Amino acid sequence: MGKIILKNVTKSFGATTVIPDINLTIDDGEFVVFVGPSGCGKSTLLRLIAGLEDTSSGVIEIDGRDVTAEAPAKRGLAMVFQSYALYPHMSVRNNIAFPLKMAKTDPAIIEKKVTDAARILNLTAYLDRRPGQLSGGQRQRVAIGRAIVREPSAFLFDEPLSNLDAALRGTMRLEISELHQTLKTTMIYVTHDQVEAMTMADKIVVLNAGRIEQVGSPLDLYNKPDNLFVAGFIGSPRMNFIPAAKAGISDAHTVGIRPEHIRISGEAGTFRGTVGVAEHLGADTFLHVNVDGIGTMTVRAGGEVPVSHGDTVYLTPEAGRLHRFNDKGVAIR
Amino acid sequence: MARAVSSRRKLAATVAAWAVALVIFFPILYTVITSIKTEGEAISGFSLIPSFTLENYFTVQSQKDYFKPFMNSVVLAVGSTLLALVIAVPAAWAMAFSPTKRTKDILMWMLSTKMMPAVAVLVPFYLMFRDFGLLDTRIGLTVMLTMINLPIVVWMLYTYFREIPGEILEAARMDGASLWGEIVYVLTPMAVPGIASTMLLNIILAWNEAFWTIRLTTTNAAPLTAFIASFSSPQGLFWAKLSAASTMAIAPILIMGWFSQKQLVRGLTFGAVK
Repeated sequence: MGKIILKNVTKSFGATTVIPDINLTIDDGEFVVFVGPSGCGKSTLLRLIAGLEDTSSGVIEIDGRDVTAEAPAKRGLAMVFQSYALYPHMSVRNNIAFPLKMAKTDPAIIEKKVTDAARILNLTAYLDRRPGQLSGGQRQRVAIGRAIVREPSAFLFDEPLSNLDAALRGTMRLEISELHQTLKTTMIYVTHDQVEAMTMADKIVVLNAGRIEQVGSPLDLYNKPDNLFVAGFIGSPRMNFIPAAKAGISDAHTVGIRPEHIRISGEAGTFRGTVGVAEHLGADTFLHVNVDGIGTMTVRAGGEVPVSHGDTVYLTPEAGRLHRFNDKGVAIR
Repeated sequence: MARAVSSRRKLAATVAAWAVALVIFFPILYTVITSIKTEGEAISGFSLIPSFTLENYFTVQSQKDYFKPFMNSVVLAVGSTLLALVIAVPAAWAMAFSPTKRTKDILMWMLSTKMMPAVAVLVPFYLMFRDFGLLDTRIGLTVMLTMINLPIVVWMLYTYFREIPGEILEAARMDGASLWGEIVYVLTPMAVPGIASTMLLNIILAWNEAFWTIRLTTTNAAPLTAFIASFSSPQGLFWAKLSAASTMAIAPILIMGWFSQKQLVRGLTFGAVK
């Protein structure tokens, strides 16, 4: 079991309030991603749940038990750190076994659990090495192994992939998702990378300046962002924002249109512009178009589009794909 | 072309390094050379060629017992170092891992005590030692040496502990380690190089300390520094014997330093070179 509830949780460091007031429910078995720009309080929130920071006020419950004042180890959670935080003076075997040794587990059981974890994570051949002799991806697996053996009620991941190169990041992302499918344990995952959030999460919590901007499934956030912040943060390339008046819409302040929802034509369309930069990715083409009277708009066209710098193009937003926001930046539905 | 310049610079740097090392080492070398001269040679002016006599060593040993001050030096250096570590490890720990706004000030204040000339507090300390019956005792001098070197020990340990990433300690906390478990299984093993080099340096500092050891002891607790001093003034100018006594006094620490130089250099440059 791993149901986590935050009730009116706040956190201040001295006079600085990092988390003004947060209420959140994380259901058992969910994969929840906290996402937001750096400094938005997502790591602090994770550390509050872990017990590495004390809450300034509010209550944290795990499986119905108030753990607000409990020590980290008593909360039954396991954490994977950004820097892996492996014990450099211990072998991989001892790193993975460490939490079990601290819990005074029977050595025979420790041996079995370590062997099992090593098998699941493809670390069997490396059990007697030191962390310093491993690659980044292997170190990450050791950190996960150390978390798994404890059989925690929830896993906490603090930007675990940010130290890995792009290719490895993709692989590890998949491995963590598969691990979640296998273990079916609650996972809370912190990242600033919205692609990680979109691909891994059951539920995304978008944070900005210590506040929750929106909670929902990846596609909910993509299709129905509550406000300008979420609309701009989720989706890559970013959503285009246009003053409503210039788009000929009267009942909104700003309209947003995603790059993939703009049709491009050489002859006619709603907006006329000149291609600034064309990024040809093969599967997609990203066009940065300088639209007369509006500014730069990004367009994502499928496949290869034979346009280049200086070409004149016409852009037409797809019907029903416009997002409307009022003057406070809140979505109008 | 670039390679030629860089190898020439390397040669110049090597020569310079050797020159500096020789200048620093020369007094010690000359002491050793003088110790194997006769007294006549020793006072007859500068010469690097001795007559290789070991007579001075025998005379020194027959006039005064070497073993007792040697043991005193060992007890004082090791004892004061261990005592300093027992006090400094928790202090440095607290300052490195839960610093407050005043941590930097406390560190500076500790260091500032080293800026005061020792002679300024000689009289009060002498009187206190006399009144508490600590004059010429190993315990009194151990405490004194601990207090003298404590600021440096705390500073060094603080620097080493700061290098240990906080996330590793947090990981240990998440893994269920108690404060004690954290210290025993994670922090101490990781800090061993730092603690070891601090210990070595402090032993050397305590071994060589002369101001207080000479003034607060007479015979019972007198270490090798006092042993050397006893060969200087009262019996006139016996430079060769004085040199022999000095050589015998510094030999143990020199040998220890030689064997632990790798550890020392690593410890002293810790954090500077990654």
